[in-house]
Amino acid sequence: MTRKPRLHIPLPPARPGADPDFSYVERVAAGEVARPDPHTRIRELSNDLIWRMVGVLDDEGVATGPWDPQLDLEHLIFGLRHMIETRLYDDHMLRMQRQGKISFYMKSRGEEAVAVAAAMALKPSDMLFPSYRVQGLQIARGRNLVDLMCQCLSNSKDMCKGRQMPVMYHWKRGNIFSISGNLTTQYPQAVGWAMAAAIKGEDDVAAVWIGEGSSAEADFHHAMTFASVYRAPVILNIVNNQYAISTFQGTAGGEHLPFAARGPGYGIPGIRVDGNDFLAVYAVTAWAAERARSGTGATLIELLTYRMDAHSTSDDPSRYRPKNEPEAWPYGDPVERLKRHLIKFGQWSESRHSTLIEEVQKQVEAEWQQAVSYGTMTEGPFLDKNELFEDVYADMPNHLILQRQQMLEYDDLREGH
Amino acid sequence: MSRMNMVQAINSAMDIMLSRDPNVVLIGQDIGYFGGVFRCTDGLQRKHGEHRVIDAPIAEGGIVGSAIGMGVNGLRPVAEIQFADYIYPGCDQIISELARLRYRTAGDFFAPVTIRTPCGGGIRGGQTHSQSPEGIFTHLCGVKVVMPSNPYDAKGLLIASIEDDDPIIFFEPKRIYNGPFDGDPHKSATPWSTHPKGEVPSDYYTLPIGRAEIVRAGEEVTVLCYGTMVHVCQAAADHAEIDAEIIDLRTLSPLDVPAIVQSVEKTGRCVVVHEATRFSGYGAELAATVQEECFYSLEAPILRVTGWDTPYPHAFEWDYFPTKSRVAAALEKVLEMA
Repeated sequence: MTRKPRLHIPLPPARPGADPDFSYVERVAAGEVARPDPHTRIRELSNDLIWRMVGVLDDEGVATGPWDPQLDLEHLIFGLRHMIETRLYDDHMLRMQRQGKISFYMKSRGEEAVAVAAAMALKPSDMLFPSYRVQGLQIARGRNLVDLMCQCLSNSKDMCKGRQMPVMYHWKRGNIFSISGNLTTQYPQAVGWAMAAAIKGEDDVAAVWIGEGSSAEADFHHAMTFASVYRAPVILNIVNNQYAISTFQGTAGGEHLPFAARGPGYGIPGIRVDGNDFLAVYAVTAWAAERARSGTGATLIELLTYRMDAHSTSDDPSRYRPKNEPEAWPYGDPVERLKRHLIKFGQWSESRHSTLIEEVQKQVEAEWQQAVSYGTMTEGPFLDKNELFEDVYADMPNHLILQRQQMLEYDDLREGH
Repeated sequence: MSRMNMVQAINSAMDIMLSRDPNVVLIGQDIGYFGGVFRCTDGLQRKHGEHRVIDAPIAEGGIVGSAIGMGVNGLRPVAEIQFADYIYPGCDQIISELARLRYRTAGDFFAPVTIRTPCGGGIRGGQTHSQSPEGIFTHLCGVKVVMPSNPYDAKGLLIASIEDDDPIIFFEPKRIYNGPFDGDPHKSATPWSTHPKGEVPSDYYTLPIGRAEIVRAGEEVTVLCYGTMVHVCQAAADHAEIDAEIIDLRTLSPLDVPAIVQSVEKTGRCVVVHEATRFSGYGAELAATVQEECFYSLEAPILRVTGWDTPYPHAFEWDYFPTKSRVAAALEKVLEMA
């Protein structure tokens, strides 16, 4: 009998109507993987970092093993608060989109630790190159929610001056780069930023995030090659949240090996970490930052997590995955897991937790009221439409001056005219 | 002043900027120790160091992407794409990122990247070493597109490009690196030392981006051209004995519209010449601009002489390339009309 190749089409384990099936996700107990010295040469690093998974918080909420970053209570509560703030901000903005106040939104529920813990493990002067689902970076770095809301509203205080759709934030002063809708473009940019830091002899590092789906883009390969060749001080994160809109991670090439395994082929260590484990994300980011800052080079981190909500407000996940799949994710919810850890050690309680949620909820609502006072898509104050032509170039060339005049002659379609 | 060919003038521009500004870095394939396949970076790594003249992997997307990141972090990168034909893997980074970063961040972030790349045909390079893709980049908002036609302009415009805070695509017509070329491959090559624009100051100077230059004043017809075609058009006007006013655009975007309008209003006729293919090419923009701005001065339709709408051929290069006789025929035709 002759054998022939048959085209393999990766299929997700469960479609709507079926029971969730995460048997493809290996269970690794917290504390199992050894922590090497961050300056270890790649050839001497254990494959456990890739094949297994770094975890700190066990099922009981106990921090265990060599990766425990031993954060003090103040840091833990800071992390919990900012994860909650991220979640409540997301919830609020989703409601506002449903009410027609903003055109579009993208939540990060389930992935808050990925962003908040990483931001906390880095220096404020380290440059962050976000994807569109790590808003926790902004929040953990102390950004006023009003600023984020104004961007989503495209109002008079929008830092993008109405030029980007919602969630494409940037924060110059906070060292957070601009978000692009073209995926993975930030990967080689972060590497270039890190190369420049090394050229200038500065010890700031760059960190960059993409999803597992967009690791298929050519820019991933470009970035990995350049990061390896020049030993750029950069932390390359792949947030494996199982889905790229409707496409499950197998279609991005995740069926055979963990995404972290892509690092060693380029000469870059790969580490797979439980992305819903606040302490583990913190510890792995700190390890990679130390490696980068000391000149040893880049690290590829795969953060295993699950996108609990829709890709965006334009998406309906009930059309492609079981409705109860989020609850079945074997590594739980990052906020609940950190809460359990704090309670386990008598440092927190359900009532303190509820109080914190109420407090943050009030804060979010108050900040929203302030944000809308600067205008919405339908109610002023509006951005000056002359801004449409600004910042294309450093100085406006003649043809844009002329086109702006032409636009101003034909403003009769604008509401209120 | 010293005599330089275009390669030496470009080398001198980068040498001066590496010396003047510690934030200037060069990155590209084969540009370091080797000095570049066209020798434009010859000696620069030895003089300025491996950290400032950086050999890159063969990954145009990585070269442009990392240059953007360097620019955001305060450097002033000059990236070389070895042939314009190879720029396409970098196009997402150029089109979606480099060109629009300032706009999308309301001026908070920008990357002052200059991308140098040799372009154009006439060197037996076939379809992967001869293209003229400038029209792809003039269609972008947020980048400036420059193409010099001689050593003097090349140096002054490259220094201005490196100092400019906007991204610049700097096309180098490689057929005229070593000497002006009038489109006749059977004639022996002319060196730049015989040409007045081969006289180049050794020191720092800049030429303004966005300004065209009248390289031959005339009364009968305006010829709009750039790069290698500047020399072909001059030869064509001489050959046809036509009193043509030849404008070297030098900067393709933003376009020096007043210089064009002033000339066409005087001559009443216009021929547009470029090596790039015709359909939706940059010449269409020039023709449309002239028609909009100078319609009542025009005495004849605007004609275009361009590469044919085929891939760039190898064996039939001189049937494809806009030669002196094709340009001369267009000049004669536009004078006969109306």
